[in-house]
Amino acid sequence: MYEGAVQDLIDELGRLPGVGPKSAQRIAFHLLAADPADVRRLVNALVEVKDKVRFCTVCGNVAEADQCRICLDPRRDPSVICVVEESKDVVAVEKTREFRGRYHVLGGAISPIEGVGPDDLRIRELMTRLADGEVTELILATDPNLEGEATATYLARLCKPMGLKVTRLASGLPVGGDLEYADEVTLGRAFEGRRLLDV
Amino acid sequence: MHVAHLSLADFRSYASVEVPLDPGVTAFVGPNGQGKTNLVEAVGYLATLGSHRVANDAPLVRLGAERAYVRGSIVREGRTTLAELEINPGKANRARINRSPVPRPRDILGLLRTVLFAPEDLALVKGDPGERRRFLDELLTARAPRMLGVRQDYERVLKQRNALLRSAAMARRAGGRGASLSTLDVWDSHLAVAGAELTAARLELTGALQPLVDKAYDEVSSGGGPTVLEYRASIGDEPLPADRRLIHDALMAAIERQRPSEIERGVTLVGPHRDDVLLKLGALPAKGYASHGESWSYALALRLASYELLRADGGEPVLVLDDVFAELDARRRERLAELVAPGEQVLVTAAVAEDVPAVLAGARYAVSAGEVRRTV
Repeated sequence: MYEGAVQDLIDELGRLPGVGPKSAQRIAFHLLAADPADVRRLVNALVEVKDKVRFCTVCGNVAEADQCRICLDPRRDPSVICVVEESKDVVAVEKTREFRGRYHVLGGAISPIEGVGPDDLRIRELMTRLADGEVTELILATDPNLEGEATATYLARLCKPMGLKVTRLASGLPVGGDLEYADEVTLGRAFEGRRLLDV
Repeated sequence: MHVAHLSLADFRSYASVEVPLDPGVTAFVGPNGQGKTNLVEAVGYLATLGSHRVANDAPLVRLGAERAYVRGSIVREGRTTLAELEINPGKANRARINRSPVPRPRDILGLLRTVLFAPEDLALVKGDPGERRRFLDELLTARAPRMLGVRQDYERVLKQRNALLRSAAMARRAGGRGASLSTLDVWDSHLAVAGAELTAARLELTGALQPLVDKAYDEVSSGGGPTVLEYRASIGDEPLPADRRLIHDALMAAIERQRPSEIERGVTLVGPHRDDVLLKLGALPAKGYASHGESWSYALALRLASYELLRADGGEPVLVLDDVFAELDARRRERLAELVAPGEQVLVTAAVAEDVPAVLAGARYAVSAGEVRRTV
């Protein structure tokens, strides 16, 4: 145990995701030794993120205004919506530069163990967006784990009467990897999702 | 296959121990509480990633230590593989093969296969259905490590579905507005998919075991059979179809039938987690009708049949007999000893040397106070 302020800092850092007691201690002493201006900059960034950042009223992504940059961008295709669990998934899909439609961030996945049901996710907002008929395709990009799959199945069933094209991201082998290193479940999925080669 | 060297650190009572082993019979002899079973438990852990004595990993770590290490050199068809496991209770275990880390501990499954006989085996015959389900599931995983993933998927779906049913039941009892069951359909279909795969695998296994159990029972008890294994599914009394898709449809139908009582009781009532294997001796179920000796013969027959099955798949498993001879009468003891003696490697533990049948002559180790010393 350290005295007063140092221990307080270590405790606070230790509450962050992915930071254990050892890392918290290392970060705390790094900050103690750092230039006061650097620390000030970090403090300002922390304060600003809470003050300025809001969630887009349309898609639920992080935004600095009422709507996020993607929802405001007129070049994005309004007829396709990609549904993801978290804002960080938006960034992941954006990096591909393959997708030109818009997003919908659910804020998690259905998981009764954690008490998360459809009402706790932004599903009602999604239904509202789909109601006017402008959207023709819904891409379900929830995580490929049990909860993500269950959420995708739930949404697909909910949207079925609307006559939308509903697609699910493919699961399969990592590009550039070796077949022999793939685990059995992934390889099994890849077999299920195999496709005809056009030659 | 056989284990050529076993090395433990902070495992159970051992701060550190090195045990060189040979093919053939090795007996660990010593008074109770000295650490004989801990040695064979470690061998079993390398093979199954679980202990036959406890359900969680915390008791495996020596008091005061943070983690335990189990290392084994496994020789299979002349090739030696070093398998290492770091057991971190409450956290993810880590594994290395030939000193290189592997992504998941279950990657070491299949390197070593064991068949373990223990006094607890009597519960296979006399105990709850859960004992027999565990027997089948462990054998499934030993034959195809992929099945561990299938089991974990099923358990995860079951947990989620039970959580949903429980919260719905609680809301109903409180008389408030019913908690949303709108996602129940989704969990039903995931339960049926995972459940059908597990059930189909268990049915296939039960069929493959049947003739082997009957033969082994005959050898252990010289007559008194026949033995019949009947898989009893929770979805109904009629025999299950062998096809996974048909089982899936039958499961879906049963889930629909049970829905009102599931919502009432807040728990999943159908699926492989409530199945059983009825062990019949002649026309009667062994549980409740078989004598103590017959029950032991049946339990031994189940283990001997697993041994035969794994051997037929290729790669002769290591036989582990933990304190089992003291439980048996003289005739069964001799029979079992004769049947296991030709095994490539047989590890035996006994409290006194006289408990080890003469047929099982071989290396002897004296185990006392955490010291393992070779005597013969």
